[in-house]
Amino acid sequence: METINFVYNLIPDQFIAIIVICTIPLIFLIVYALLAILGELKISAWIQERLGPMRTGPWGILQPIAEVVKLIQKEDLTPDTANKPLFNLAPFIIFMGAYASFAVIPFSRYFIPSDINIGLFYIFAVGSIAVIGIVMGGWASNNKYSLLGAMRSVAQIISYEIPGAMAILSVAVLASSLNLEKINIAQEGGIWNWFVFGGQGSWDKLWVVPFTLILSLIYLISSLAETNRTPFDIPEGESELVAGYHTEYSGMKFAMFFFAEYANMFVVAAVLTITFFGGWNSPFGNFMQGPGWDVFWFVGKSFFFVIVQIWLRWTLPRLRVDQLMYVGWKVLLPFSFICFLFISLFRMIN
Amino acid sequence: MGEKKRIELDYSKIESDRMRLNVGPQHPSTHGVLRLEVELDGEIVTEVVPHIGYLHRCFEKHAEKMTYPQVIPYIDRMDYVTSMNNELPYVMAVEKMLGIKVPEKVEYIRVIMCELNRIASHQIAVATFGLDAGAFTPFLYFFRDREYILAIFEKASGARLLFNYFWIGGLSADVHPTFKEDVLAIVKQVRKTNKEIEDLLIYNKIFIERTANVGILPADVAINYACSGPVLRGSGVKFDLRKNEPYSIYDRFDFDIPVGMGEVGTVGDSWDRNIVRMREMEQSCRIIEQAVAQMPDEGDVQEKLPKRIKPPKGDIYMRAENPKGDLGFYIVSNGTDKPERVKARGTSFVNLSVLPEISKGYMFADLILILGSIDIVLGEVDR
Repeated sequence: METINFVYNLIPDQFIAIIVICTIPLIFLIVYALLAILGELKISAWIQERLGPMRTGPWGILQPIAEVVKLIQKEDLTPDTANKPLFNLAPFIIFMGAYASFAVIPFSRYFIPSDINIGLFYIFAVGSIAVIGIVMGGWASNNKYSLLGAMRSVAQIISYEIPGAMAILSVAVLASSLNLEKINIAQEGGIWNWFVFGGQGSWDKLWVVPFTLILSLIYLISSLAETNRTPFDIPEGESELVAGYHTEYSGMKFAMFFFAEYANMFVVAAVLTITFFGGWNSPFGNFMQGPGWDVFWFVGKSFFFVIVQIWLRWTLPRLRVDQLMYVGWKVLLPFSFICFLFISLFRMIN
Repeated sequence: MGEKKRIELDYSKIESDRMRLNVGPQHPSTHGVLRLEVELDGEIVTEVVPHIGYLHRCFEKHAEKMTYPQVIPYIDRMDYVTSMNNELPYVMAVEKMLGIKVPEKVEYIRVIMCELNRIASHQIAVATFGLDAGAFTPFLYFFRDREYILAIFEKASGARLLFNYFWIGGLSADVHPTFKEDVLAIVKQVRKTNKEIEDLLIYNKIFIERTANVGILPADVAINYACSGPVLRGSGVKFDLRKNEPYSIYDRFDFDIPVGMGEVGTVGDSWDRNIVRMREMEQSCRIIEQAVAQMPDEGDVQEKLPKRIKPPKGDIYMRAENPKGDLGFYIVSNGTDKPERVKARGTSFVNLSVLPEISKGYMFADLILILGSIDIVLGEVDR
């Protein structure tokens, strides 16, 4: 929190100070998105035995910038029969959902833009705003593919939020808090104290380790569904629905969808890091632990999970929409409930 | 831009529970310019009407105005991923009308080239099928391997896709000196990649879930619709022209006919049609290995022919096993150097006709997969 107070002290006008603090995650997000686009291009290339982009800049590192420039130059089309206000608003609402989550994401113990006591709940709440944007975009496009994609997307995101929320709720039970800072502090002291291994505690916690392991996996799977990534990229499955809900979008509005998808990938990776993988804590106890290292560990772990998402995307085929629902309601949900129940019992007994 | 266009809807005339969707002609998964008119009940397909003709190039009319050797490049362009196999029944038919026999070496090169092209075609079929299911990486693995096969074709004929290599009475050119080694290296590479693809895609749980029990084509329906090739064999019918009616020198080789057995679902589902292609690649490898071992090194690749090819009056029907199925040419000769009529029995055209029959009642995402499992090339559907 010190950084925030420092900024408040430095800039006497509170309004400007808030804007400065809001801008920091945005700048981070832009840099991250460029890196992630390059990562996606390069990792997919390595998986597929290609070179990937090599011409723009040394080793192709300027490719993301070239892509952004290309998207800016493109004509910003709005279909004649589209509902224009909704059509134009949709990409920004989707992006807003992803960006708003950054208000509570703790990059370091010194940088938590807004340290509210229901951080986890808040992330889930604003994350769901994306659904509204998708429905708006899909319906307003006046295109059957967009509509089908939007309908699928709503069903998918809403059903996968429940197992994801159950997984996160178990962490809240273990940490006795919804505050992201307290959840981070509860995992201090090395890799063995992370919630994926049951959090801090004596050997008793071995009872919950299997459940927390399963829950971290459940959250990873449902987060893939929430970000519409393969194997759950059914709303925009290009082989069926051309591009799903963003079929009619071009130019910068399409770029906003793209940006929001990458931002969402980071958000779910960050939540997974915070809740199960120690957040800003070093895996070696007090070694490499401190405010500066916080950023390194947090961003490093989150990037790792972003890479996992990219890796899965280029490896797995896509599920069908009814199979997706089956996995969500009949596999993940009961498992997450059972795990949640056992963890709650464990907390009650201890 | 003028004033706003508004679509006036009379809501009393609209069925609220069905949606008519136009898939194609520009759609990522119609494998070309096929248009499917689909009626959807939610996500369930209730009706499919394929509309063809977007790639029609009047092959049969063109053939009437060309001399016999000039028809061959047009045949290349029918099914443009299996050009070598397309040329074979045509040149065999004309050779039979002329009553000539091609040299032994030519027969072997033709068989090797056809089998290599069969592998290349099946690679595209399986790759795009995987792509329809959302798996992008196997697609590129297959295309990487296909490059090696195309390199061989390029060395032999000078072209990568449309070869004009099988000529009446022989070949356009002899193969290069390192042909045999190159072919055997490809066989090795194909087997390696197929093993990898089986691990990555074919036996992947998600892929099996998507393709097993989807688009079931019973054997009797397949026969009634005159399906052929992997579509027919996927339904468990053991019929392959190379075995049942051996042409060229196929009776000299030892190979099996893989059929769909319903290992993970029902006999005749999309997975079966796909696995038949995977296994046929292995059988093609076996044929190539035997052919390379038996092939004579010395010899001419062009039989002596008169300057103007004028088959005697009469007609002939010759068919051969294309990668996609049974490709036939019916040629009527009037004694001049131009054919009176060339009728092609397009494999993809016949196989496509079964799509409306087998895709009803499945989901829209399945329809795309069923279409992918039939493996059509629009160049041959429309001709």
